[in-house]
Amino acid sequence: MTAAAQVSVDKPYQGAQRALEARLAAIGAEEMVINMGPQHPSTHGVLRLQLVTDGELVKEVIPHLGYLHRCFEKHAESMNYGKTIPFTDRMDYLASMNNSHAFVMGVERMLGIDQRIPKRVEYIRVLVCELNRIASHLIAIGTYGIDIGAFTPFMWCFRDREHIMNMLEWASGSRMLYNYIWVGGLFYDLPVGFEDRCLEFVRYFGPKIDELDELLTQNRIFISRTANIGVLPADVAINYGCSGPMLRASGIKWDLRRIDGYSVYPEIEFDIPVGKGEMGKVGDCWDRFKVRVDEIRESVRIVEQSLQRLRHDLKRTADFDPRALVPKKVNLKAQDYYVRAENPKGELGFYFVTQEKSDIPKRVKARGPSFSNLSVLPALSRGVLIADLIAILGSIDIVLGEVDR
Amino acid sequence: MQRAMEITRIIELLETAFGNRAVVAAEHAGLQPALLVPADLLPQTCLFLRDHEETYFDFLSCLSAVDDGPGAGTFTVVYHLASIPHGHQLTLKVVIENDRRLENLPTLPSVASVWRTADWHEREAFDLMGIYFDGHPDLRRILLPDDWEGYPLRKDYQEAATYHGIAIK
Repeated sequence: MTAAAQVSVDKPYQGAQRALEARLAAIGAEEMVINMGPQHPSTHGVLRLQLVTDGELVKEVIPHLGYLHRCFEKHAESMNYGKTIPFTDRMDYLASMNNSHAFVMGVERMLGIDQRIPKRVEYIRVLVCELNRIASHLIAIGTYGIDIGAFTPFMWCFRDREHIMNMLEWASGSRMLYNYIWVGGLFYDLPVGFEDRCLEFVRYFGPKIDELDELLTQNRIFISRTANIGVLPADVAINYGCSGPMLRASGIKWDLRRIDGYSVYPEIEFDIPVGKGEMGKVGDCWDRFKVRVDEIRESVRIVEQSLQRLRHDLKRTADFDPRALVPKKVNLKAQDYYVRAENPKGELGFYFVTQEKSDIPKRVKARGPSFSNLSVLPALSRGVLIADLIAILGSIDIVLGEVDR
Repeated sequence: MQRAMEITRIIELLETAFGNRAVVAAEHAGLQPALLVPADLLPQTCLFLRDHEETYFDFLSCLSAVDDGPGAGTFTVVYHLASIPHGHQLTLKVVIENDRRLENLPTLPSVASVWRTADWHEREAFDLMGIYFDGHPDLRRILLPDDWEGYPLRKDYQEAATYHGIAIK
């Protein structure tokens, strides 16, 4: 064993205050430690939860992360900004467009070209991001149904999501991990006929949301499983850094598309749904679910407005080049910048520390919304039933690719 | 776009509360203004910024640990704060001098008692960069296995040749 190894295993700095081990050592006679995951479908990926239970009651939840850790930040330090975009796709792999949009916005802002991006490019970005947001929320809703025991919504959501996947594949050439949004522009313009097919989808999809709404939102069994369960008060949500639908379901109108007004969102009309506690208390599982359903409708509105612009005044022209502003080499001066954007799951942030005259960053830190959202789970599920823990975890809507990065 | 609160006003408030030492330096030049604060005053500063009615930074967006490189002899920890009622943002930086020996980790007081979200962020900084947060309630590795050796995001990190007897190179 090397000297370094002895230090890290021996103490002083391997963590002096270890609440977890103290808790597990102090386990009572009536208590039992149960492992949930990492291979359990209701943990939505490779998440391991250690539960201290007393009968059916959960006394303590100890999450163990890292099963999907792929060293995103270390990778980002070894290659240039353009090459990192495919890696960002793999963080929240259900919303790859949104990830790369946030990353690209940060680099463009540092380059100072963010105001010069053509309107058509910006509208295409918003269009594909919102389509991806719908797809992500459809998965959240569908798998949530399955967590609770409703199978049909899952099939319906996946059926509709498939249309979006096909469209985005048509645009980018890949089904889930697109690498479509580039620093300074796009990989390609939209394929010919995309706007029409997208409009067709919007017309088809509108009634389907209502169907889905009837099937799940007003379902008595669903309500009794989710209303008044996992109530997250607004102050706790803020303190734990929750963002996105988690925070909005607790009644806080906080949407970075409005607050920061990035890209062309200021030109677009949409509402910000918040939890109202219609079925129980504000901030319960039902509210979180409902906020996502409402956000799908708002995203459809945004898609419609973007299509309107893209089909008329921002029509494709023969000489339009979406790569016109793509820099050959991203030459930055030494600076640091934190960019944040509203992802389907919440605030996605990238903190860049750049090096002088180099296109390789010194440090990139990714702040995944799922990471902070998940950190509230132990506080939220103290003293609940095991079955309710599943309902709470599902309502947080985590993607482990982003928690572990 | 992003609304940054008048940084001079924040400095003024901090200096009234904690004296001349409260702000080491201020960065105005970059895209986002930042304040360098001393490590020993960090929890008080954060609590003050969180609770004061003019600043009210109730949301810790991000906590990043930065290795300034083997030559620099320092680590920087960066706190990105946001205020939900006011909508403004602030960047706090703390520079810690350190000789990079593994038995002498750079140490900072924890702010997990100010924002609970710092709990996991600090664990991540400890796990990947080896920053020790004094007073943290449960400082364990979070992403890497408990028996991992070294701190991979450091610039001078050397990967081990084997892990549990398995060749990984």
